[in-house]
Amino acid sequence: MINIVGQYRLGEQTIDEADLANDPISQFEISKLLPLEIAGYDISFTNSALFMVATVGLSAGFLMLTTSGRGLIPTRMQSISEMLYEFVAGMLRDSAGSEGMKFFPLVFSLFIFILVANMFGMFPYFFTVTSHVIVTVMLAMLVISTVIIYGIWRNGLGFFKLFVPSGIPLAVMPLIIPIEILSFISRPISLSIRLFANMLAGHITLKVFAGFIVMLSGAGIGGVLASILPLALTVALTGLEFLVAFLQAYVFAMLTCMYLNDAIHPSH
Amino acid sequence: MATDSNAASAAEKVFPPFDPSTIPSQVLWLAITFGVLYFLMSKIALPRISSILEVRSDRIAQDLDEANRLKTESDEAIAAYEQELADAKSRAHGIAQEARDAAKAELDAKRESVEADLTNKVSEAEKRINGIKTKAMGEVGAIAEDMTAELVTLLTGGKATKAEIASAVNSAKN
Repeated sequence: MINIVGQYRLGEQTIDEADLANDPISQFEISKLLPLEIAGYDISFTNSALFMVATVGLSAGFLMLTTSGRGLIPTRMQSISEMLYEFVAGMLRDSAGSEGMKFFPLVFSLFIFILVANMFGMFPYFFTVTSHVIVTVMLAMLVISTVIIYGIWRNGLGFFKLFVPSGIPLAVMPLIIPIEILSFISRPISLSIRLFANMLAGHITLKVFAGFIVMLSGAGIGGVLASILPLALTVALTGLEFLVAFLQAYVFAMLTCMYLNDAIHPSH
Repeated sequence: MATDSNAASAAEKVFPPFDPSTIPSQVLWLAITFGVLYFLMSKIALPRISSILEVRSDRIAQDLDEANRLKTESDEAIAAYEQELADAKSRAHGIAQEARDAAKAELDAKRESVEADLTNKVSEAEKRINGIKTKAMGEVGAIAEDMTAELVTLLTGGKATKAEIASAVNSAKN
C-alpha cells in the first residue's frame, strides 16, 4: 500500500509540491526509491536510506579526502578534519579519561553522523534522517548496550554498583536503588527522544512559519506586508535550527561520553 | 482529485516518524550505513588524523629540542669568544710590557756601552796629555841648559862646559 503511495508521489511532482507547501508533516514521509522485500520484511531503499548513505558518504569522504595529503602543515580542509577530531577527542578524554579513548571511533562516528544528518535536514526538500524516532532509538540503544556490555565485561558484578551510590545510609537504599535503576533505564529514552523531538519540532515549526508567508501573500497587498513578520521569524528560526542541529549532535556525543564513563568507573 | 487522494491517504496514514511499517527498512539501512561509517572512521580516517597530529607534535618537540640545542651551542660559542677575547687582551698587555722592557734594556745597554766608550776615550786622552806633559817637562831641562849656555856666553863672553851648566840647571830646578 505504502509502496504504491510512494511511487504515486514520485510520479507526480506537482501534487507532491502542493502537498509540501501546505502540510508540515509531509516532509517526514518516507518514500521508496528501490522497493525490496526479504522474508516478509520491507527493506526498501528509501529516501531515508538515501540520506543515510549521503551522510556517511559526505562525512567519511570529507574526512578521508582532506587528510589524504597527511600534510605536516594542514590545508584549510585538513584543519577542519583535525579540529573535528580534537573536539570529539577532547570531549571524550575530559569526561571518560584516557581509558575512554578506546570508544573514540564510536563517539566520533555518532557525533559526525548526527551532525551531518542534522545539517542535511536544513536543506529544503532534503530528508532529515534523525527526525524518525526509530533512528535515534537505534543510536541510543547502540550507546546503552555498549555501556552495559562493556561495563559488565570490565567490572563484572561491580558494574551494578552504579545503582548503589556510596555513602548512602542503608535505610534509604530501598528508595535510592529503584530511583537509580529508573534513571538508568530512562537514559536511552531521553537520549533518543531529545534528538528526535528537537529535529521534528524544529522542522515542523520552520515549515509552519514558512507556510504562513505563502498563505498571507495569497491574501492581497495587506497580506504581503503582514507576511514580513513570519518571514523574519523563519529567518531567525533557520539560524536557531542550525544551532540546534549542531547542539543536538554535541549533546548526544557528550552524554555518550558520560555514560561510557559510568561503564568504566561505575562507583560514583 | 489531488486533494481527495491526499485527504484519503492522510486519513489512513499514521504520523510518518511513528509509522511501524518503515522500521525494518530504516533499521537495516541505518545498521549498514552506520556500520560502514564506523568501519571507515576506526580503520582509516581516525588513525590517519591521529598519526598526522602525532607526527606534527613530534616534529614540534623535535624542532624545539633542536632550537634549544642550537641556543646552548651559541651560548657556548659566545662564552668561548669572550674567554678568548679576555685572554687576548691579557696577552696583548703582556706583549706590550715585554716590548717596553726589552726597549728599556736595550737602551740601558747602549747607554752603558756609550758611557764606557766615553770613559775609555777620556782616560786615553788623559794618558796622552800626561805623556805630552812628561815629554814637555823632559825637554824643559834641555831648553834651560841651552838658554843658560847662551846667557853665559852673552854675559861673560866665556864658555861654560856642558857638565857645569847641567849641574847648575839641576840645582836651580831643585
